[in-house]
Amino acid sequence: MKVLTGNDLPTGDVIWWTGNGWSRHIEDARDVADQGESIARAEEGARHVTGPYVIDATVTADGPRPAHIKDRVRALGPTVRPDLTLKPADPNAGSWVI
Amino acid sequence: MDNATIAIGSDEPAVTLDAFLEDQANATAVRLEAGEDARALLPHLDRIALVEVSFPSFRDGRGYSAARILREAGYQGELRAQGDVLVDQMPLMKRCGFDSFAPEAEIDAATLEAALTRYDHVYQKAADGQVPVWKLRHG
Amino acid sequence: MYKYDQYDQSIVDARVEEFRDQVKRRLAGQITEDQFKPLRLMNGLYLQLHAYMLRVAVPYGTLDGRQMRMLGHIARKYDRGYGHFTTRQNIQYNWIKLSEAPDILAELATVEMHAIQTSGNCIRNISSDQFAGAAADEVADPRVWAELLRQWSTFHPEFSYLPRKFKIAVIAADEDRAAMRLHDIGIQLVQRDGVLGGRIFVGGGMGRTPMIAPEIKDFITADDLLSYVEACLRVYNRYGRRDNIYKARIKILIHELGADEYRRQVEEEFVAVKALGLDPPKAEFDRITKMFAPPTFATFGPQADTAPNPAFDAWRAQNTVAHKQPGYAIVTISLKPTGGIPGDATADQIDLMADLAERFSFNELRVTHAQNIVLPHVAVSDLHDVWTALDAAGLAPANIDLISDIIACPGLDYCSLANARSIPVAQKIATRFADPERQRDLGELKLKISGCINACGHHHAGHIGILGVDKKGTENYQLLLGGSGAEDASLARITGPGFSEDGIVDAVETVTNVYLDKREAGERFLDTYRRLGMDPFKEALYG
Repeated sequence: MKVLTGNDLPTGDVIWWTGNGWSRHIEDARDVADQGESIARAEEGARHVTGPYVIDATVTADGPRPAHIKDRVRALGPTVRPDLTLKPADPNAGSWVI
Repeated sequence: MDNATIAIGSDEPAVTLDAFLEDQANATAVRLEAGEDARALLPHLDRIALVEVSFPSFRDGRGYSAARILREAGYQGELRAQGDVLVDQMPLMKRCGFDSFAPEAEIDAATLEAALTRYDHVYQKAADGQVPVWKLRHG
Repeated sequence: MYKYDQYDQSIVDARVEEFRDQVKRRLAGQITEDQFKPLRLMNGLYLQLHAYMLRVAVPYGTLDGRQMRMLGHIARKYDRGYGHFTTRQNIQYNWIKLSEAPDILAELATVEMHAIQTSGNCIRNISSDQFAGAAADEVADPRVWAELLRQWSTFHPEFSYLPRKFKIAVIAADEDRAAMRLHDIGIQLVQRDGVLGGRIFVGGGMGRTPMIAPEIKDFITADDLLSYVEACLRVYNRYGRRDNIYKARIKILIHELGADEYRRQVEEEFVAVKALGLDPPKAEFDRITKMFAPPTFATFGPQADTAPNPAFDAWRAQNTVAHKQPGYAIVTISLKPTGGIPGDATADQIDLMADLAERFSFNELRVTHAQNIVLPHVAVSDLHDVWTALDAAGLAPANIDLISDIIACPGLDYCSLANARSIPVAQKIATRFADPERQRDLGELKLKISGCINACGHHHAGHIGILGVDKKGTENYQLLLGGSGAEDASLARITGPGFSEDGIVDAVETVTNVYLDKREAGERFLDTYRRLGMDPFKEALYG
């Protein structure tokens, strides 16, 4: 699947396109098929996102997982600071990142 | 607008540096592309009324040096920054000796005014006559 | 220390308002990200993997307690309770909001700090010897020259859109603690016939094409300094390559021209520039020099020996060096606990170091390029108190310049340019060599890790260097040997095929075993490598 990601302009948070808006959680990401570039242009123009780009992801039972390691790190947080990731309470949250 | 002007209207078309040096020595307006040697104009400065310095991209800073070289050699005519010239760059350009601007994109006059008057002090002596702080400190 | 006057303050205050206006225009859509990016970068604001990152300048690595405490305050109020000290003697915060960045700059300005030119294709923070003003071997305090250069380079109208970034370092001793010759311009102050001047090296750097800077000028006095560097920069701004970002640093220009031709062009430019009166008068040099006058040291009588304490004694032996003033020591606080993140400090630790500076070090701290903190002027009689306080805060690893005192860039855990993680590798190596006896037996061993070819972790200058690369989507680590950023500067060479994350830890152990096996009396790892060359290490690694 193709997933659209970028950063929230005022906060810099990593965000994922959900089909009708943006989420901090990769699990909410939806396949953008071949619409990624046009959604990205419109959303960047509206300043809902900065630096948007389309990535490859795979579908898993737990939701989409980015194909590339860099976007997996982005999706969760720094592997060396589990306390600062999106799921600080779950010690296994990062099992799919590396 | 504090001595800087946004260039508009039709001036005499500026000729290329090569043309100026080779066969259009009567021209009084010359266009310098980024990377062309401003020093090639030094023998002719007294009969040039306009030098237009091209900024093909706002990231290309060669024109700042071209401007200073011309001013340091005593060039008194109009020195124009043309191309991808951003409002936040104009104060630096002015310090390098530019006194007119032909930006490709529209410049908001209020933003430009704020940018040009933001700093009361500068650290370096440059081509604009502003007194550096070391001079203010020690006279 | 340098203190701002009304002019310095007014310039920094104006910068805060300028950036506030730029952020406002960006958030309102009046400028595009493409146009905004160079503006935010020139205020040290990056967009990294997880958020914006703000790099705050620590000019020539010098701070006072109040400034250090402000860094802790920012970590607590605007970030997630910690900061990361960098190889360019700065600090960066990883979780910054764009909308709050102007407020952070405003807070920094209240303590004479800023983020000006900590990124962008401009002249960056001037770095220096972290022992400046305290080192027994310096001919003068290099920070006076560094401050002249700081002012000259701040908002330099001609050199804010250079082909690429530009880094300058100034040292004043034969021992090079600042990797001077791996900078775009490196300056070493020397005395010649009773006159203070600088040797100018130009065109060093790391990155994907590492080079050691050749000497371009053997002696320049402070009267000519700014005109000379102006000439160096002008030649670069005009003729440095702009067609290829990877060939845009000044080292490539000098490599392509040759040092002699570059020198000739600089000399020609210098003649033109010198006539313009760009150099401040001696009174300005004297004004700055006064501010770097040594503190009022006490004189101490004979000191009673303290009771032996193995932990304290080990720390004192490893983390303190002789001060030029009898009765004092220079303390290096290690930010490299076993298994920790090199260079990271919590807000509480930052506050504690500020307190210690105020109580025990004439209110001065330094950031080192090896990502540690220095208390430059500590009375020997206070060392035990300092150590006790540091130890209670997890700040007393006794490992300066040992194998666990690792330089590591943030790597793929934080950095959008990285290809591989650096921090976990540093953690695993430090853990593998956790035994302090073993580390001390290995002796001085500078291990430096970069997570990509840009070499922020100085892997080219490591006695052992590690470079993380992306090998078909997985992290892979190349091993390099024989680099040095010190006065015996050399560039490390790659051993051969790379290793997995665990494999690289084993590989480091393998090469240290070769060293232990082959070393002669008094040899460091680097010396043994230089004597024997790559072969025995390669043989042990790849068989």
